[in-house]
Amino acid sequence: MKERRIPAIKDGTVIDHLPSRDTFRIIRILNPQEFKHPINLALNLNSKKIGSKGVIKIDSRFLTQSEVNKIAILAPNATVSIIKNYKTTEKIQVKLPEELVGVLNCTNPVCITSKEVIISKFKVLREKPLEVKCHYCERVYGKDEVEIKGK
Amino acid sequence: MNFKGRDIISVRDFSKSDLLYILKIAKEMEKEKPKLLDGKILATLFFEPSTRTRLSFESAMFRLGGKVLGFSDEKVTSVKKGETVWDTIKMAECYSDVIVIRSPVEGSARLAAEAASIPVINGGDGANQHPTQMLLDLYTIQKIKKKIEGLKIGFLGDLKYGRTVNSLAIALSFWKVEMYFIAPDALQMPEHYIKELREKGIKCHKTSDVFEVSQKLDILYVTRIQQERFPDPLEYEKYKNAYRLDITLLDHIKKDLKIMHPLPRVGEINAELDDTEHAVYFEQAANGVAVRKALLALVLGEEK
Repeated sequence: MKERRIPAIKDGTVIDHLPSRDTFRIIRILNPQEFKHPINLALNLNSKKIGSKGVIKIDSRFLTQSEVNKIAILAPNATVSIIKNYKTTEKIQVKLPEELVGVLNCTNPVCITSKEVIISKFKVLREKPLEVKCHYCERVYGKDEVEIKGK
Repeated sequence: MNFKGRDIISVRDFSKSDLLYILKIAKEMEKEKPKLLDGKILATLFFEPSTRTRLSFESAMFRLGGKVLGFSDEKVTSVKKGETVWDTIKMAECYSDVIVIRSPVEGSARLAAEAASIPVINGGDGANQHPTQMLLDLYTIQKIKKKIEGLKIGFLGDLKYGRTVNSLAIALSFWKVEMYFIAPDALQMPEHYIKELREKGIKCHKTSDVFEVSQKLDILYVTRIQQERFPDPLEYEKYKNAYRLDITLLDHIKKDLKIMHPLPRVGEINAELDDTEHAVYFEQAANGVAVRKALLALVLGEEK
């Protein structure tokens, strides 16, 4: 029988196939401090698909599309499973949209988005490896440079 | 092709046929058309200093029979009181038919275009884009060389912060040209541009020694080391005199090499080169009027 590293959840979301090195960054962008129920996290698990993976299980909370988009930025191979009564009712393969609206901050200090209250827009130029371009100042960012908005 | 109502914001917004069409209309605009934009008003919103861009836009509008209002110093505007670019544009569009905006803040022209229901032309947004400069550079190359295809073009100076070089290189990549980037390592063309150009099949060469490649070039595009773009003033001091072209260059070039410069220059080209047949930078600046006449007429749908 397969050893279960993290306890099963009755209702909630399981995020699997996260790169181990980005798992903490991913949990941070989901604003876990605002979640009211337990969150379990495991790192450095073996994965045939991505080598070393992380898994996050969030109790009693179903992720929104915008939260799933944020995960796709850092973990394009992730799978998000919705669990109801211990059963997977939906499995979502994360997919980056062509445009990320209101998801990232442009860190260019002379970009108009740092001066005025504007909803940020980034065009996804490439998914793997990630390359996004600010719609306004046209600066291009890679995966390790992007700053994902908190709530 | 219909440009009526279009915004002119970034080199990325143009196809090759767009560029060719603008160049064609710019050639026609060398003729006098004193009534073409009669009754139209251009708003020039300049949040940072400019000589050529503002004056040539104003000259273009006057020469087409239009009128101009605007400012060239944000201190005299409500922006100084904290008014946003968005609100400034919403106001300006009530008073004019077309807007030209220049700002040190990158992306402000794109935002202005989203705010305005009338056409917006980017007169330069920080280190990002300066599409009208790119178009007049392209127009100048085509005019003096009678072609673009097959040319060997050298870019010299501040290629890292120089928006004109970055935009022009991207525009030129629609043609089969060869590019030579001549700069100290710290001011070299950003790698992502080189990668993009190579993906489009452009042969790119990098060097810090102008004499190593000058003999091969058809065009040498020189830029100023821009003090205002350097985050660290000490860094600027290190590179400000990196290149000083003078008459000794003539021993190392082809007979028909043309030297371009978006101006202002601050010593990178010695005045002794001005009277040689190689210098075309003042002609280049003058071409700005025809190109800007073309753009104003095009976005107002009055080019015919």
